[in-house]
Amino acid sequence: MTHLELVSELRHIVGERGLVSDPDALMTYNADGCVMDTHDPDVVVLPTTTEQVVAVVKLAAREHVPVIARGAGTGLSGGATPMRGGIVLVTSRMDKILEIDTRNNRCRVQPGVINFELTAFLKSRGYHFAADPSSQKACTIGGNIANNSGGPHCIKYGVTGSHVLGVQMVLADGSIFWSGEGIVEQPGYDLTGVTVGAEGTTCVITECWLKILPVPEATRVVMAVFNDIRPAAETVSAVIAGGFLPAALEVMDTLALKAVNDAYQMGIPPGAGAALIIEVDGVDDGLDDLLAEIVQIAKDKGAIEVRPAKTPQEQVNVWAARKNAFGAMGRLAPTYHLVDTVVPRTKLPAIMDDVKRISKEVNLPIANVFHAGDGNLHPIVLFDSTDPDQNARAHKAVEEIMRLSIGYGGVISGEHGVGIEKQEFMSYMFNDDDLGAMAALHEAFDPEDLLNPGKIFPRKVNPNELAATRRQASTVPGGLAAIVAKHGEKVWI
Amino acid sequence: MSTALAPAPAPPRTLVGFSGKDSPEPALINTCVHCGLCLSSCPTYRETGLEMSSPRGRIYLMKAVSEGRMSLASEVFQGQMSECLNCRACEAVCPSGVQYGAIVEASRAQIQTAREHASGTGPIRPQGASVGLIRAFVFGRLFKSMAMFRGFSWLMKMYQVTGVQWLARNLGILKLMGTSEMELMLPRFSSTFTVPKGQVYPAEGTKRQRVALMPGCIMSTAFAHVHEATIRVLQKNGCEVVLPPNQGCCGALHTHGGDLDGGRELARTNIVALEQGGLDELDAIIINAAGCGSTLKEYGHLLHEDPAWHDRAGKFVAKVKDVHEFLAQIGLNTADLKPLPVKVTYQEPCHLAHAQRITAQPRQLLNAIPGLKLVEMAESSLCCGSAGVYNITQPELASSLGARKIENALATGAEVIATANPGCALQLAVELKKKGRDVPVRYIVELLDESYRGVRSKSLA
Repeated sequence: MTHLELVSELRHIVGERGLVSDPDALMTYNADGCVMDTHDPDVVVLPTTTEQVVAVVKLAAREHVPVIARGAGTGLSGGATPMRGGIVLVTSRMDKILEIDTRNNRCRVQPGVINFELTAFLKSRGYHFAADPSSQKACTIGGNIANNSGGPHCIKYGVTGSHVLGVQMVLADGSIFWSGEGIVEQPGYDLTGVTVGAEGTTCVITECWLKILPVPEATRVVMAVFNDIRPAAETVSAVIAGGFLPAALEVMDTLALKAVNDAYQMGIPPGAGAALIIEVDGVDDGLDDLLAEIVQIAKDKGAIEVRPAKTPQEQVNVWAARKNAFGAMGRLAPTYHLVDTVVPRTKLPAIMDDVKRISKEVNLPIANVFHAGDGNLHPIVLFDSTDPDQNARAHKAVEEIMRLSIGYGGVISGEHGVGIEKQEFMSYMFNDDDLGAMAALHEAFDPEDLLNPGKIFPRKVNPNELAATRRQASTVPGGLAAIVAKHGEKVWI
Repeated sequence: MSTALAPAPAPPRTLVGFSGKDSPEPALINTCVHCGLCLSSCPTYRETGLEMSSPRGRIYLMKAVSEGRMSLASEVFQGQMSECLNCRACEAVCPSGVQYGAIVEASRAQIQTAREHASGTGPIRPQGASVGLIRAFVFGRLFKSMAMFRGFSWLMKMYQVTGVQWLARNLGILKLMGTSEMELMLPRFSSTFTVPKGQVYPAEGTKRQRVALMPGCIMSTAFAHVHEATIRVLQKNGCEVVLPPNQGCCGALHTHGGDLDGGRELARTNIVALEQGGLDELDAIIINAAGCGSTLKEYGHLLHEDPAWHDRAGKFVAKVKDVHEFLAQIGLNTADLKPLPVKVTYQEPCHLAHAQRITAQPRQLLNAIPGLKLVEMAESSLCCGSAGVYNITQPELASSLGARKIENALATGAEVIATANPGCALQLAVELKKKGRDVPVRYIVELLDESYRGVRSKSLA
C-alpha cells in the first residue's frame, strides 16, 4: 500500500479534518516534551470515537504500519515520538467526561480529557482526581495512564495506577476489551496493570474508569527554607521515618528557586539553598498540631525560615511555582535533561551530595526540583545541546546519576516512563531473563510489534525476537543469556 | 594584494531562514523548552487539538524556518502565523517566559515583507492586488489620519441612521455580497466623537492626580460614550483629565498584523503628541481599551532598535496605565458609589489578562459597586475570537470561539456582560445577535459611571 492509499483510507475513517498529512505539519509531531531524538510520522489522525480508533488500528494491522498513541505530547521521555514513522493517533479530540458517579467515587472519561480540567470539573462537586503531575494543566488522562504518572501528592494518594479502575483497550488486532468494570476488585489477571505504564505498547486506550476522591476538609501548606539542599533532604527522611504521612513533600534547590522565585512571586530570600514545600491535609481538627510537629523536625534539621501559605491563593501560587519549575528551565539554559530516578527516602541526603559532586565533575549546572516525599528525584542537567562537548558531559552526568540511583536500591524511572530517553538504561536494571519475561508479555499483546515500537526495550533488542528466543531457551544450555550473548551487539530495530 | 574588489552584489532575498530587519530573534525562540504547558491555554489548540495550532507547535515552526529547515513560503507556516490570535494567553502561562507576541509579530512582518517583494514566479505567493490596496488604504491611510478616520466613521454612522442599513439588511444585498457577517460587526457609532483638542476636565473634590486620556481611533468614534464615562469616573476619583491634541491610533492593528513600520510611525506620533501635551507634568496616561493599552506599553520594544526614540518611548511607557489598573492603584472612591443591583459576568480581554496580566483589578472594581453581583463564567480568559481582523482572516475559528464564549457567558445567567475592549465588545454583541439574545455588553467603566451617577441606563433598566 502506498502512502497515498494509506492516507486516503484513513481519510475515510476520520474525515478530512481529522487528518494531518502535510510534511511541514507532520514535523510538529516528531517529538513530545523530550526533544533528544526526533522522527516524523507518516500521517497523524485525530479520531473522536472508539469506533474510529478501532478502524485505524485494524487498517494499521492489515498494512503492517506502526500506531503511536499521543495525548498532549507533554511526555518527558519521548514516549510519543514515532521512532519508525507510521500513524500518530492523537486523542486530543476524545476529551469528553462521560459519566460522574460520586456516590461510587468514580468517573468514566475519554483519554484526551486534560488532567486539570477533570479535577476542576470534579471540584464543584467536592471531589478530585488525586494524581496531579506537574504538567497537569496540559497533559491528558490517557498519557497519565500510559506513563503511570505521579505528582506531588502521590506520596499520600499513590500514582495514577492506584486510581484506574478499568480501561477500554483497543488491542493490536482492533478488538475491544474492557479490563475492569469500574469497581476496585478484579478477578483473574490484572490487565489494567498491563496497560498502566506500558506507554502505549500493549493497546490504545479509548475510555477509562477512574477512582475519584472527596476533597479533604482542610489543607495547610508551608515552605521551609534551608541554607543547603542536604538538610532539606534530611528533613524529608526524618519526617517519613517519624511515621508521618503528609500530602506532599517537595524540594526545590537554589537553581530551581532562581528560575521560579521572581516569576511566581514566591518571596524566597535570594541565596536560599533549598525550599521544602510541606502540605498536610485531612480533618481540620488537629491538622495544625500535625503540621507543627513536622515543622519542628524541619527546624531541628536547620530550617532558617518557615513561611506558611496563608490564603488559598497563596497555596495556589506556591504550587504553580513548584509545578512550573521544570518548564521554567528555559530561563537558565537552552536545553535540559530531566532525570527521573527514585531512591529509598533514607538515601536522599547521600544522593544529593553525589549530584552536587557530579555537577562539579562535568562542569554543568544541575538544578533539583523533586517529589522528595516519594524519593523521586528530578536532577535537571542544564546545557546547550548545540555544543557537542556539553552534550557528551550532560549524558555522562545522567548516566552517572542513573547508576548511582540503582546502586542505592532505586529505579531508573519514577513517573516519566522509559520511552526513548531511558531505554538504554533498562539493561542496567534488568538482566536478559527480566527483559525476556517483559518481552513475552509484550508479545502477547503486540505480536507484530506495531504499537509504539522502539520504546522501553533497549534499541538493540527487538522484543518479539527476544520473546521467541526465550521460548527456545528452555532447550539450550546456558538459557537465554547464552543465546543473547551469541547475538552480540546486533542491532535489531 | 591590492586588486580592487568590485562591490559584492546585494544578496538575493532568500526564502531560507528569516532575514533583514524584524527577524524573530533565535535567542527568543530558543527560550521555549518544548514542555507544552501552554497548550491548554491556547484557544486555537482548544478548538482544533492540533499540535501545529498550539503555541509550542508554532514556535517549533518558527524555529524550523529560522534554522533554514523549512521555507518561509511553507503554507503550514504562513497559515499558522495567520491562524494565531496573538491573544498571548500562552505567554501568561509560560514558565520560561517566552516572549511569544514579539516573535509571532516579527514572523508576520517577515511574511508580509516577502509577499510584498514576491515576483509571482517564486515559491511565495505575492499579495493579491485587492489585499494590497486594502492594506495600503486601511493601514497606510485610514488609521494614520484621525481626520480621515472620523470622516469614515461619520459615513458609517450615516449609513446606520439614515435607514440605508435597514434597507440593505432587508433587501438581502449584504447576503448577495457575502458581507452580512461582516456587516453585523459594524458597531453602532456614538452620537458625538471624542476629538482630543487639549480639553481639560477638572477633578471633583480635591485634585489627586493629573492624567491624560488617549481616545484612540475606533474607541473615539464608535465608543465615544465609553470615553465620556471614563472621564466622569476619573473626575469622581479626583483626577484632572486632559486630552492632548495631535494623538491618534495606537497602532495595535499594524503591529499585530505584521506592519511594524506602520506601528512605529504611529508610536512616534503619539509620543510626540504626549510630550507636547506636557508628559512631565502628568501622573499617568490612561487607556481604557485593553488592546491599545498593551500596544502602548510595548512602544519600548517596538522602538528598541531606534536609539533616538528608545528612551523617549521608555519615558512615555512608564506613565501608561490601564484605567482599571490605575483606579485600583490610587484607591477607588467607593464613598460615592450608589447601588446597581445587577448580575454581571466578566469577559476578560486577552490584552488585559494575558498581555498586561491585569486580572484582579477589573474584578475588584466590579465588586466595589454596591448591589452588583459578579458571577464568573467558565473560561473567562479564553479569547472570544475577535482579535483585531481575525474575523475577516479566520472567519470559521472566530465564529466557533465566539459561540463558545457566549455559551459560557449565558450559562451564568448574567444580566450584563462586562468587558474592557472594543474588539471583544463587538464580537460579543454579534454573537448575541446571532443567538437572538438581548443581553447588554458594557465596559466596566460604564458600570462604575452609572453607579456614581445613580442612574441606570436604558439597556440596564
